[in-house]
Parts: sequence; C-alpha cells; structure tokens
Amino acid sequence: MGLIAFYFRKVYTLFKGEVLVLPSRTVVLIFAVGLLALPLFTDDPYLLRILILTNIFAILAASWDLLSGFTGQMNFGHALFFGVAAYCTAILNLRLDLPPWLSIPLGAFGAVLAGLVVGIPCLRLRGTYLALTTLAFPIILLGLVFAIPDLTGGELGISGIDRLTGSRMGDYYVTSVLMLVLGFVMWKITDSKKGIILHAIREDEVAVRASGINTTRYKLMAFCLSGFFAGVAGGLYAHIMRTAGPSTLEVALSFQIVIWAVFGGMVSIYGPVAGVFILFPLLEFLRFMPKMRMLVFAFIVLMTLLYMPQGLIPWIREKIEKECPRCKIRNVATRKTCRICTAELD
Amino acid sequence: MIQNIIINGLINGSIYALLAIGFSLVFGVARIVNIAHTAFYMLAAYLIYVGFHYLGISPYVAMPISIVIVGFLGVVSYKLFINPIREHEAAVLIATIALAMVIQEALLISFGGHYLGVPPLISGYATIAGVKVTYQHLLALGVAVLALIGTWALMMKTRLGLALRATAQDREVANLMGMNEARVAMLTMGISVMMAALAGAIVVPLFVLDPHMWMHPLIMMLAIVVLGGLGSIKGSFVGAYILAFAEVLVVFLIPMGAYLKGSVALSIMILVLLIRPEGLFGVHFEEER
Repeated sequence: MGLIAFYFRKVYTLFKGEVLVLPSRTVVLIFAVGLLALPLFTDDPYLLRILILTNIFAILAASWDLLSGFTGQMNFGHALFFGVAAYCTAILNLRLDLPPWLSIPLGAFGAVLAGLVVGIPCLRLRGTYLALTTLAFPIILLGLVFAIPDLTGGELGISGIDRLTGSRMGDYYVTSVLMLVLGFVMWKITDSKKGIILHAIREDEVAVRASGINTTRYKLMAFCLSGFFAGVAGGLYAHIMRTAGPSTLEVALSFQIVIWAVFGGMVSIYGPVAGVFILFPLLEFLRFMPKMRMLVFAFIVLMTLLYMPQGLIPWIREKIEKECPRCKIRNVATRKTCRICTAELD
Repeated sequence: MIQNIIINGLINGSIYALLAIGFSLVFGVARIVNIAHTAFYMLAAYLIYVGFHYLGISPYVAMPISIVIVGFLGVVSYKLFINPIREHEAAVLIATIALAMVIQEALLISFGGHYLGVPPLISGYATIAGVKVTYQHLLALGVAVLALIGTWALMMKTRLGLALRATAQDREVANLMGMNEARVAMLTMGISVMMAALAGAIVVPLFVLDPHMWMHPLIMMLAIVVLGGLGSIKGSFVGAYILAFAEVLVVFLIPMGAYLKGSVALSIMILVLLIRPEGLFGVHFEEER
C-alpha cells in the first residue's frame, strides 16, 4: 500500500514539475483532455463532423511540418501523399474488400512509396527549387487520374467506400486518439537524436555532412516518415468521406496545408496542429456568409502574418514563457529566476 | 496541324515567357517567390473586361490603363503585405498565396464564376502556308515579342537594368555601391507585375476569363522558371518555349491530351532537374549560411 502511495506521489511530483510548471504544456494537456471529453457534453453531428475533419487535417499539417519545418525540405506538393493514400485506401477497400484497419496502413505504405519516388529525384535540390519541383508531382498524378478513369473514377473519384466505424462517435474517437497519438509520436521523433540530425540538416547541410552523417539517408527518412503520417490522414479521410476524388490531389490542398502550418508556426508540430484547429473551424464558422468566406479567410491569414510572421503559436509562447539565458530551459514569464539553475531571467 | 502547333506554341510560349521572366526577375532581385504573380495577370484581364463592357472604353485605351493600375496595385500590395515580413521566407510565401486568394475571391464575388470574354481587337485572318491565322493571334504574337525585346533592352541597356542585375547578383555589395536595395526591390516588383499585366492584356481577346484562370499559368510558370534556372532570364525565355511546345504537342497529338498536358510539361521539368539540378541556365546564388 505504501509502495503504491509512493509511486503515486512520484508520478504526481513529476507531473507537477514537468507539466504544470509550463503554461504551454498545461494548455496541451487541457486541449487533449477537452478533445476526448467533448462528446460527453454535446453530440451535435455537425460539430463532430467538423472536428473529425479537423483531426485528420491536423495530422496532415503536422506531417508537413516534420518534413518541411524540421528538415527544411520545403514541400509544396504535400497533397501528393494525402491523395495517393486516399486513392490506395479506396482501391484496396473496394477491390480487395479490406477492412479499414488494414486498408489505411496499406494506403499509408503507398504514400511512403510516393515519398521515396518524390524524395529520390529531389535529394539534389534545395530551397525554392525543391518547393517548386515538389509542387509538380501531385499535378502530374492528377493528369494521370483523369487520363485513366477506369481505375480512378476520373473526375468523380471512387465512391462507396466502407465507413471507418459504425457511428459518428466511433469516428470521432478513432480520429482524435490517432491525432493525439501520432502528434505525440511526431513530436517525440523531432525530439530524438534522429530528430536533432533533421534539425541540423535544415540549419546547415554541409556542416552535417562534414560531421560524417549521411544526410541523404536522413532526408529520405524524413520524406518517408512524413509520407507515412500524411498517408494515415489520407486513408482516414477516404473512409470518413467515403470517396476519394481528385480534390485530394489539388494544388489548393497543398497550399492549404502550407497556410495552416505556417499560420500556426513552423518547426514545432504543435503549431500546425493548432493552426488547423483554429483555421479549419473558422472557415466553417464563416459559412454564414458563403460568398465572402474565402476572402475573409485569406484576409485574416494575411493580417496575422503581418504582425506575427513566425506564426501564431510561437508568438503567443514568446509572450507567456521565457528562455533562461544560461541553461536554455523554458520558464513561465512571471518567474524572476530560472527554475533549474536559478539564473536571473530578464 | 503542324502550322497550328507552331502558331499556338509560339503564342503560348511568348505569354509564358513574359510571365516567367517577370517572376524570375522578382525572385532574382528580391528573393520573393510571388505566387500571386499570375493573379495579377488575371486581374489585368478582368480590368480590361470592365473597361470594355461597363465603361465603354475602347480596348486599345483600356489595356495601358489597366496595366498601369495593376502595376500600382502590385507595388501597394508589396509595400503593405510583403515588405514588412521579407525576412521570413515562409511567411512571404503564404502571404503571396493569401494575396492571390484575395484577388481570386474578390473577382469571384464581383463577376461570379461565369466565363467572360472580350471580342478580338481586329477581325479577319491571314493565310500563312495554307493555314488560317487570325490577325488577333498575329497581333498577340507581335506584341509579346515586342515586350520581350523591350524587357531585354531594359535589362541590358539602361542604368536601372544594371542596378537590377547587380542586386540580383549580390544584394549587400549592390547596397554598398550606392544602389538603394529597398527601392530596387520595389521597382522590380512593379515592373514584374506590369509584365504579368501585359501578358494578361495580350490574352484577353484570345482566352475566356474566369476567376480560376490563374492556376494553370501559375503552374506552368513555376515549372518554366525551375526548368530554366531560378533567377535566370535567358533560362525563363528558353524554358517557356520548350514547355509551351511540349504542351501544344501533347494536346494535338495524344488522345486525352488535354488532361495530360500539365503532366507531360512537368515531367519534362523533373527529367531536366534530374540531370541538371540547377536548371538549364541556373544562376549560382550565394548560399546564406
């Protein structure tokens, strides 16, 4: 009994010292708990549907950040992974009658292959060249989709896919849990040793190569990982919408992903997630003026960027947290001294 | 058939060249990836439509006016939205995307999604090598070629052109040599947007107008610029004709070609990049480390 109490106290101390001490971590915790607890308060199908899509796009935006934010491989054709996975999942589900729990991972695997196909020619490119070249891949595929309507359904896409689960509540929980878990996994990846190498590749690739690290392998790994996560999002989308159409490959979607991620704040995983959770429901909310909706949306994005060019979430985080000048540990902005090394905070 | 391919290839190529050179210029000088470039091209086309149909101005007058207005709007939007955040590359990128969306939606609200058109400036056709070519097409080709020659003269023969080229090569040193970098960047933006507007004015009588007409030229323009080498004006010029002819050939020769025209042009771009990662005439930029 005493042992249980001891462990309980230990967990509580850790929790207090690691999570509650920083407002950003507390907010993430509240967000995760709130997301999971929301169906207790409302079962409005419209709201749940918006949140299901928001979850899916949050995975997508975070996966873009993994590749373009952390590794610095600006990808302007991220819709490719999404679309390939959506089409693969749809075809596997319809032709081979695979259930969703099998078709989505296999579809994501298709997206990983797409990541390799894109990644290998793009290894020698950097910066703007890379961004504009990656933009081309989904458009090439879109042309092929229209040219072979027998397999892909042409402009109408593939419809009649199985539902993800039987109920809307089930869909909601599957997508939210997946979003939280995959988001955490991505954040952990960027925090691991491999993630630090990805950081370093963005900052200075030549220096990384000079340190004896095979940057080619790591860049391909980033493409594949990002493709996998985006692929999961694509597969989920196919099963939720029950169609996989050309809209999953469009340039507009690729641009949308970039807008979400840069608006929320690149190089942070939680930034793009927050970006989607703000902008996607906002677009739905603006439905009351259907004609002006996109105009207002674009204008809000433009105005936000003007004042917070590094993104919304890093800007807010800067306001509520300070970095210790000596040990680089983050502290609440209200503290006078660092919580670890007691250095003066300015 | 062959004559059709040649005429259409030349006209499309010249229009793409105008767009791509403008885009390349502003990227080379100011390092701005201006996604809204073709949105300005569309805006000019719509302004001419408004001038002709609502205000009753002759297209000959409406064209220069609309080019000047669009150039002015380009500079204003640069000053308001792009200049304050120029340090943040990613932010500039989505600022221009958002700008393009604003223009598209504004046009969609004012004109709806209908297809609109402006009648040709001159009617009639000439017969060249047994194929009928309308005078309008010849006029478009002539104006486009003149504009390209004008751009070349501006870049190579004037002091402004010298300043532009110097800034493109090295911003800091150009600044040290007494060129006002901020002003050069602004001027470049104005010139490049006006070139886009001119391309818009040329296509008005040939194409139909709709609020999504900027998408296809945007993609082609980006492909051309990457193919020719970012920041290289010669590269944009050559790339424009290569991709325009590829596109026209696919449309005329392959069944279902209209769907595949973008795919083939972009595949050519990727093939070239596999062999030469810096494009055909890539300019080497100083890496900022």
